[in-house]
Amino acid sequence: MKPSLRALLAGTAMALIAGTASAETLRLLTWGSYAPDEVVKLFEEEYPDIDVEVTFSNNEEMIAKLRATGGTGFDLAQPSHDRIYAAQLEYNIYKPMDLSKINMDALTPNLVEGVKANTTIDGEVYSVPHQWGTSGIMANMKEAPDAKGWGDLCSEQYQGRTSMRLRRTILLGTAFGMGMDPFALYADPAAYQDMLDKVTEKLIDCKSVIKTYWTGGDDLSALMLSGEVVVSETWDSTAFKLYGENPDIVFVPPETGALAWIDTFTIPRGGEADDAAYKWINFVLRPEITKMMSASTGAIAAVPNGIDLMPEDKRAAISAAFDQSDIDNLKFFANIPPGIEDMEGLALERIKAAN
Amino acid sequence: MYDLSCADVTKSFGNFTAVRNVSLDIPSGSFFSILGPSGCGKTTLMRMIAGFETPTSGDIRIKGDSVLTLPPNKRNVKMVFQHLALFPMMTVGENIAYGLRCRGESKSDIGPKVARVLDRVGLPGSEDKQIDQLSGGQKQRIAIARCMVLEPDVLLLDEPLGALDLKLREHMKIELKQLQHQFETTFLYITHDQSEALVMSDNVAVMNAGRFEQIGSPKALYDDPSSGFVAGFVGDSNVLSGTLTEVRGDEAQVMLDGGGLILGRVCDASKAGDKVEVFLRPESLRLGAGAEGTMMAGKVESLLFNGASSRVLIRVDDQLIEVADPEQSSSLVKGADAQVRWSADRARIFARRSA
Amino acid sequence: MSRDASRLSLILLFAPFVLWIGLLIILPQVGIGYTSLREKISWNEYSFGLKNYVDFLGEPVYRNTLLRTAWMSILVTALALVMGFPIAYYIAKIARERSRAALFLMCLIPLWVSDLVRAYGWIVLLRETGVISTALVKWGIINQPIEMLYNDMTVIIGLVYTVILFMIVPLVSTLQGMDDALLEAGYNLGGSRLTVLRRIIIPYAMPGIVSGCIITFMLTAGSYLTPILLGGKNSSWFTEQIYNQFITRYNWESGSAFGVALLVFTSFVVWAGLRLTGQSLATTVAKD
Repeated sequence: MKPSLRALLAGTAMALIAGTASAETLRLLTWGSYAPDEVVKLFEEEYPDIDVEVTFSNNEEMIAKLRATGGTGFDLAQPSHDRIYAAQLEYNIYKPMDLSKINMDALTPNLVEGVKANTTIDGEVYSVPHQWGTSGIMANMKEAPDAKGWGDLCSEQYQGRTSMRLRRTILLGTAFGMGMDPFALYADPAAYQDMLDKVTEKLIDCKSVIKTYWTGGDDLSALMLSGEVVVSETWDSTAFKLYGENPDIVFVPPETGALAWIDTFTIPRGGEADDAAYKWINFVLRPEITKMMSASTGAIAAVPNGIDLMPEDKRAAISAAFDQSDIDNLKFFANIPPGIEDMEGLALERIKAAN
Repeated sequence: MYDLSCADVTKSFGNFTAVRNVSLDIPSGSFFSILGPSGCGKTTLMRMIAGFETPTSGDIRIKGDSVLTLPPNKRNVKMVFQHLALFPMMTVGENIAYGLRCRGESKSDIGPKVARVLDRVGLPGSEDKQIDQLSGGQKQRIAIARCMVLEPDVLLLDEPLGALDLKLREHMKIELKQLQHQFETTFLYITHDQSEALVMSDNVAVMNAGRFEQIGSPKALYDDPSSGFVAGFVGDSNVLSGTLTEVRGDEAQVMLDGGGLILGRVCDASKAGDKVEVFLRPESLRLGAGAEGTMMAGKVESLLFNGASSRVLIRVDDQLIEVADPEQSSSLVKGADAQVRWSADRARIFARRSA
Repeated sequence: MSRDASRLSLILLFAPFVLWIGLLIILPQVGIGYTSLREKISWNEYSFGLKNYVDFLGEPVYRNTLLRTAWMSILVTALALVMGFPIAYYIAKIARERSRAALFLMCLIPLWVSDLVRAYGWIVLLRETGVISTALVKWGIINQPIEMLYNDMTVIIGLVYTVILFMIVPLVSTLQGMDDALLEAGYNLGGSRLTVLRRIIIPYAMPGIVSGCIITFMLTAGSYLTPILLGGKNSSWFTEQIYNQFITRYNWESGSAFGVALLVFTSFVVWAGLRLTGQSLATTVAKD
């Protein structure tokens, strides 16, 4: 080999090594607003050798993306706590967490325990909590002061003025509103199917009452702010945001209990930057960062004083919505056993296709 | 009664007058040509007769009745287009049947009529051929058959031979004339090729700058042109420019611009002192010495052999004179001294055309 | 030697095309077809069979949605043709050379924004508190706001708007190739406007009509955002069901079967359309 060629190769190898060393990339797969620009900027200032790449998604797409690649392509994901167990068992897309690398003192102990209980497989913990919030209904108090439960979405009193998202949350909420407990039926597919059939029938009848199905937060906001819709199924964070623009719009925890979800930190099986991922987790759990994060997400951080770290207007919205009994009545989503989503999917399609 | 008459037809496009005060009368069953350079307005005139343009003033009559208010599809004037415009998506039979079907004739009549006209144009049994299977000459005949099957009062032909190669064009000239005889229909033929017009026509109108210069039989146009334009456009001529110095009865004397006095015959209203042109047809010239004023001396420039149409080019001062040489005189050699002569009544004098 | 060279250059020229077709079209289709034949027995346990297709045919929701999608796509294609033909004719035959480019550009403008933005544009216009409804109330034409979204009519209008360009472009290019003398010959031989349109213009434009219809039909049947966003609660569309199978139900096997069903069914509709109108790909689209 000619000396010049050898030098060239060596140079190239050096450059490659230097390249990977100087810029590690943290590929984040998360929800819209869960990685605000200012937080990413601060993080990159503190860790100049880490670049953050953000992909916004939702629960279903996160799982679909990771399933398609066998758990590669991302270094940190943020699925909800009930969507991890079955996905891991069936598709093996995550890897266990090293809790010693996380500042566990920063997290609310009962939420940590809740998530652990949901995401422990063979003694290994796969997730820790990040932000939590609830699903319920929101109402425009000027026009619908009496709205108090899931059933109001289908009340003819609000003919043409209600909305919902045609996803599994509304199936569960409607089941609770009808006096059933879907989480208790998870273990019994036949009973669950029976429940789904009743819910399907109810929601098909409901189609004549609702205006439309919303598909995203922006969509829902426009419907509520324009006054076209007065009662809608919602995430509490969206309702809190709207409260800031129109104080008549408040989140109403349904009398059967708001459905509570916890978005987690979970590391994909093919993640290549675990250290960076842990650095990100610890970074965003810092009180001053949590404040920025909650301002962006509208959800409550899973830290002991999470509500206090919300911005002023969101705190006001929360206290307008929840009292202690509502908080005690929260229904945390239970782990979804495999196969349930398929049954629910068919129910949703039947509802959508019905006239 | 005339099959087609135009009375004082004028067509202006904005400031531009394409056709100016044109009148013509075409007797039944005759072959009439309009001959003129491109841009002289002959196509506009034909389009007005067909109904695609409306005259600015004047009248067009077919078989004595004014057709100005009739749309193109109601006039019994059919047209063979420059590029024939056969319908490529139809077979030969369908092309010919198109007009009959438009007229609403019954299927049982159409078949035999199509077969008969194909027979008459010498292409029997070619109903099912595709247009692109035909040769140039065959397409020509189909285009004519497509019109003739409708028994039009007048058939318009818009330079249909232009796209053919020379040999085929010579052949089609004769064939067209025969077809016209056979169908006994009035043909109005427009062309810029004087030999087409002279060979086929009973009468020719020479058109220039929107105006008819002269109407007459081919022989009359050739032998007795009424203007310098006709003399120059119909047939070949040697043109010598000069100034009329003296007119004595039939004979006149011209002082050539290049020097020298020659004799000729004034054919228009030119007077002594006018700028004029002298037209000498090559076949009116003879080689050899002649009387004063009816000869010029020069040198043989070249010999153009072309059988019966062979020519000798003779340079007189700075001008080349073309002399017909049907005997192909072998005695001449290039560069030899030569003289040409003519009889004064064959040298026509017209006012000089504006350049 | 030179023959080898020319063969090599041929191979080099074709290689990107073959790679593209192979890697991006054939291979994924084979993958989809393979997945669609897997029957899920339990976690990570599969066998081969046609169960996914049987399920598809057995569930009226899926069948009906596919038929509805096809039917509405046909309607959209027909409307796009009826509306696009005069526009294309105007651009190709009537407009002057200079305004032709401007007109073409105007047709292209909708393509400069994404599907999503276009759909939101319609939403802003047509919603109950939207521009049109508000304006009508203000001018006293209607008493109270009306909702113009969330019905089939709106979905069809939105889809026609999205796909009409793909009808116009092939029509313009075929019509531009038509010699005006053909039309004049059509009139001259006694044809009325209707006859000329029916017997000359349309047959001449047939290759453009067929390719335009195939493109618009396929685009419409495969569209996703417009029917979902404009149709709201009453907008079943087959692509949405494929998405649901893959994403919300994690059922790739069934989703693949749906994908194959959509491909087969739309191909069948195109074939049937060609047969019914007496056309074939060879005499229209592939015609030189």
